[in-house]
Amino acid sequence: MDVVVQQTVNALALGGTYALLALGLAMVFSVLGLINFAHGELMTVTGYAMYFVLTAGLPFEIAVLVGIVAAIATAMLMERVAFRPVRNAGTATMLLTSFAVSTILHMLFQNLISARPKALPVPDWMIGALNIAGFDIGVIQLMSISATALLLFALTVFLRRSTLGIAMRAASLDFPVTRLMGINANMVISTAFAISGLLAGVAGVLWLAQRGSVDPLMGFLPVLKAFIAVVLGGLGSLSGAVLGGFTLAFIEVALRAFLPDDWLPFRESIALALVILLLLVRPEGLLGRKEAIR
Amino acid sequence: MSNEAALLSVEGLVVRYGAIEAVRGADLSVRQGEIVTLLGANGAGKSSILNAIMGLVPVAGGRVVLEGNDVGGEPPEKIVRRGMTLTPEGRRVFANLTVAENLSIGAATRRDRAEVEATRSDMLELFPILAERRDQLAGTLSGGEQQMLAIARSMMSQPKIVLLDEPSLGLAPQIVDTIFELIVRLRDRGATILLVEQNVELALEIADRGYVLASGAIALEGSARELSASGDVERAYMGAH
Ligand SMILES: Nc1ncnc2c1ncn2[C@@H]1O[C@H](COP(=O)(O)OP(=O)(O)O)[C@@H](O)[C@H]1O
Ligand SMILES: [Mg+2]
Repeated sequence: MDVVVQQTVNALALGGTYALLALGLAMVFSVLGLINFAHGELMTVTGYAMYFVLTAGLPFEIAVLVGIVAAIATAMLMERVAFRPVRNAGTATMLLTSFAVSTILHMLFQNLISARPKALPVPDWMIGALNIAGFDIGVIQLMSISATALLLFALTVFLRRSTLGIAMRAASLDFPVTRLMGINANMVISTAFAISGLLAGVAGVLWLAQRGSVDPLMGFLPVLKAFIAVVLGGLGSLSGAVLGGFTLAFIEVALRAFLPDDWLPFRESIALALVILLLLVRPEGLLGRKEAIR
Repeated sequence: MSNEAALLSVEGLVVRYGAIEAVRGADLSVRQGEIVTLLGANGAGKSSILNAIMGLVPVAGGRVVLEGNDVGGEPPEKIVRRGMTLTPEGRRVFANLTVAENLSIGAATRRDRAEVEATRSDMLELFPILAERRDQLAGTLSGGEQQMLAIARSMMSQPKIVLLDEPSLGLAPQIVDTIFELIVRLRDRGATILLVEQNVELALEIADRGYVLASGAIALEGSARELSASGDVERAYMGAH
């Protein structure tokens, strides 16, 4: 019983991080039709921003705040500088542009900062565990779960209640008609990037708190997982991205916990095989639409 | 040439898609309070004219003058804020949004909440079926209901002029009659309407004036009465083929 609760907490915490990242990818995809491969670099930006703030001797809380703001600003800057000029050139061009942005950022990190990892010491109070109802639950896990829940709730309220939120959902269904409602195309897209930056920033903080270091390529693996989550959940579906993130995490954690030891090296491949199996059964993803409405 | 009294006037409008010239120098005007209909066979260029007026496709030549300002080439969101809007062909309601949300987003350009709510109850009174269905997803409505929602959504911005692109498309004759009655009621409440149609008879019945488009150019124009009395409309239609 104890193991099950413990592993569920682990899966929820990891799933939350995947879900936040996947949701950011899906958000941009839903309004722009772009899978932003530079999304992982937003986490890296968060990491370096935190590193500089901590090196300057400022408290961890400030570093978290600056890290998240840096991710939001970078996401919006990416949109403005790299994606807006090629917006009408087609999705293939935008996709290539996002590869270029990702590569340029890698090179900047390597040449201006360092190719080697920089330590990001987390405060002592985050390392321990709390005893909740007889279970020892890691503080970082607890933070992951609550941050994810809070962000998902806030985002849902924003998308359901605010005019801009409704406009973003409308834009994901029919962009030209959304503009006919008087809604500024740049505003919608810029907001989508800002939200993706916020989500990547928070995911970045949670990821970094686990790892304790930042390096130029750290964004690659999590964004790959997020991409798998998006496809698993159904490309274009926001709730699908969240569900995909949690599903992937549960598969990974279950394999890590219950696979025999000599199978452990293959757990990533087994996880991917399971995902492919799910997609064979439901090619449109867990919550994807069978066909476009238009 | 330009008609000073016109709310909207289109002068020498050209629309191109690559090498294809879909609209070749079209002139038309709409005065305050009128229903003007733009008729023409499939592929004549009617939607291209409306889409170019709204900035959804580029204006390759000519002018689009709204209340004395040349708005040609402005993005759609800006033109909507100037008081002109389009109910697009095929309705294109936001299928995964509720009826209420579709109406809310129609009023996105307006700040005064109380006034928006007043327009909303106005529209729900005019289209009672929408009040019944307000929490349903728009995609679950019937074609006629979706058309009503699309028109109501356009009216939520309180436009000075609304462009309707084939509101009868794909609807049963009975439903078409209802929609046309509603269009007349909108006009009676002060709306100005440019109505694109293929249903010549019905359109001329409710319009004040009309234009017939053939192969991207205006082939015929006149009062609705003149146009329906003469057999010229049919002939202009045939000329398109
Ligand atoms: N996006 C487009 N790209 C290329 N050709 C188009 C496009 N839209 C319309 N056309 C062409 O322009 C012509 C006029 O079309 P349209 O304006 O839709 O006519 P109507 O609304 O009168 O049926 C047609 O020959 C059509 O094939
Ligand atoms: Mg048409």
